[in-house]
Amino acid sequence: MNWKAVRIFLATVLLSLVFDCAAKKGGQVEVLHWWTSGGEAASVKVLKELLEKEGYGWKDFAVAGGGGDTAMTVLKSRAVAGNPPAAAQVKGPQIQLWAEQGFLENMDDVAQAEKWDELIPKVIADIMKYQGHYVAVPVNVHRINWMWVNPEVFKKAGAKIPKTWAEFEDAAKKIQAAGLIPVAWGGQPWQEATVFETVVAGVGGTEFYKKTLVEADPDAINSPTMVKCLETLKMITKYIDKGAPGRDWNLATAMIIKGEAGMQFMGDWAKGEFTAAGKKPDVDYIAVPAPQTEKQFLFNVDSFIMFKVKNPKDKEAQKAMARLILQPKFQEVFNVNKGSIPVRLGMPEDPFDSVARKSMKDFVNSAKTGDLVPSMAHEMAVMPAIRGAILDSVTKYLNSDMSAKDAAKAMAEAVKAAKK
Amino acid sequence: MAENAFTIVKKKENVSVKRKKIVEIIPKLLLSPTFVVMVVFIYGFIFWTIYISMTDSKLMPNYRFVGLEQYLILFKEPRWWVAIKNLFIFSFLFVLLCVVIGLILAILLDQKIKGENVLLTIYLSPMAVSLIVTGVAWKWILNPELGLERFMQQLGFINFKFRWLVDPNMAIYTVVIAAVWQATGYAMALFLAGLRAIDNSLIEAAKVDGASMFQIYTRVIIPCLKPAFLSCVVILTHIAIKTFDLVMALTKGGPGYATDVPATFMYAFAFNRGRLALGAASAVIMFIVVISIIVPYLYIARERR
Repeated sequence: MNWKAVRIFLATVLLSLVFDCAAKKGGQVEVLHWWTSGGEAASVKVLKELLEKEGYGWKDFAVAGGGGDTAMTVLKSRAVAGNPPAAAQVKGPQIQLWAEQGFLENMDDVAQAEKWDELIPKVIADIMKYQGHYVAVPVNVHRINWMWVNPEVFKKAGAKIPKTWAEFEDAAKKIQAAGLIPVAWGGQPWQEATVFETVVAGVGGTEFYKKTLVEADPDAINSPTMVKCLETLKMITKYIDKGAPGRDWNLATAMIIKGEAGMQFMGDWAKGEFTAAGKKPDVDYIAVPAPQTEKQFLFNVDSFIMFKVKNPKDKEAQKAMARLILQPKFQEVFNVNKGSIPVRLGMPEDPFDSVARKSMKDFVNSAKTGDLVPSMAHEMAVMPAIRGAILDSVTKYLNSDMSAKDAAKAMAEAVKAAKK
Repeated sequence: MAENAFTIVKKKENVSVKRKKIVEIIPKLLLSPTFVVMVVFIYGFIFWTIYISMTDSKLMPNYRFVGLEQYLILFKEPRWWVAIKNLFIFSFLFVLLCVVIGLILAILLDQKIKGENVLLTIYLSPMAVSLIVTGVAWKWILNPELGLERFMQQLGFINFKFRWLVDPNMAIYTVVIAAVWQATGYAMALFLAGLRAIDNSLIEAAKVDGASMFQIYTRVIIPCLKPAFLSCVVILTHIAIKTFDLVMALTKGGPGYATDVPATFMYAFAFNRGRLALGAASAVIMFIVVISIIVPYLYIARERR
């Protein structure tokens, strides 16, 4: 046995332990997230630097891939093993599921000191609370109901950017006649659901949207209004190309960028694709609210849930993280990078581009009128089981010759079954 | 003196008995960790899954017993029946085509032709490709905007149409095409090994009796390949039941959920939708299907021995 090697090994272990302790002096947070792409990773790094400036450590626990599915699986096994990270990227009703299991920490003291109730709209605050207590911190807001338009295509076809679905059909026909594809469509269930909920909000109105896609009331789903929404949805798919099934959303956005197609219905993350391609808002592309949803704001809010932490110093670090997330500095840098808008109200608009500014304005106004509603397709409105049932019904309807009436009935039944 | 000799002999005997015991114990000792690991991580988790399927687990496993309720929900779920139907269509066509094409290729290769090794390598190479790669490649080939259809139209066949991939009623057959492309070489290799193992005297005897080449194949050679058929069918069937990655890469279960199979169904419900118990129930059904194919096979294999 080589004793020298063993001694060196032991010394290394000891030293690393000492250094580890030194690093932990001010407490540290372990953060699970899946913001791993270039811009996103840079955005998260800002939070890390802010924490380190205050003397806290940041242990990155990034799990890439699958829109968070992989990360969720890792998180579940860590939580079941009794060793969860301090914070994890979890959103919407799933926050309630984690809180129900008794994993989450009460953040009310930070919230009161920082006046969160005044800073963020009530609809969003309610999602972050479990039995009236804050257990999660919102980070950013994405708007879902955008329509991305290539003005060049509209000009060629002599069409007008539609504000209603009737105008849409008119414009689509003109674009088709000009030999171009009216709608850039990605035939994946979540994308179909994104357009579906936009149509429901526009055709059915805010109250109907809340009844069907937030409360998931089967009787409201199996109704003539829903049939009308589904018929409108099917009408849109008359104007898509044959390569649409299975297409990724960014490939559909590329069709707009290249001028092959006229319109895409997608959330504001599509902006990143235009920016990356060197396109300018209002010149090379135009972003307008989807037809008939001018006043409405379907939101998708990313958030961190806060787990119970044993070490008091780490707990301190966790609270500092919660505080920093909602402070103006992080809200600005993060959201400018990511293309979303701040969840904190009353932020200066200057650093943001015109699309984000319009979004911020509509965010405030819709919060006042009650037209600020959570997105079903993006896991903000209903439990995953119900969302799955709705997605199945929508995609089945779009990919078969089922009638709208039968589809509404089937959806109501699927939702009823998923509620059990 | 005599006494002394006796004790020595006895001692020696004792030592040898001890040694014998040790020799007997060592293999068991060495095998026991693997055995324990297998019992816990395979059989243990099979029973755990069966139990979970009888609870109301959602996001996280819990142990509240609800009996067979999840199975009732499962059997009412239209998407499950789509998955089951696809499983039968896919398994049947996949196994049938692999066996038929594999057998024909094997017989042709067995004609002692030139360059046999090169051909063998070519036919076997799809097996070396991962199913994900197969799926992605066929996705591009079959996409009407990128692949075959566009290619043929550019060649001048304007009316050529091949849109199975984007047609909900036909999409499952594209999965069959890709899977057959991948696994036929494997079936061929099994049959080729079987053909080579046939005693030449049997064929000679048939020739002496004046049998035609066709008769020799149908009456002598193919019946001799029975064991190869059996292994081939069983191995391909259980590959078919477990198919997951190919569907994920090729269609992601789409259009809609038209190409869902039980494995993708299980994944979606257990891991994406927080319906762990329902996912477990579907896994148990898959398990039962596999068992009902493997167990008879094991019995047949044992009888033959």
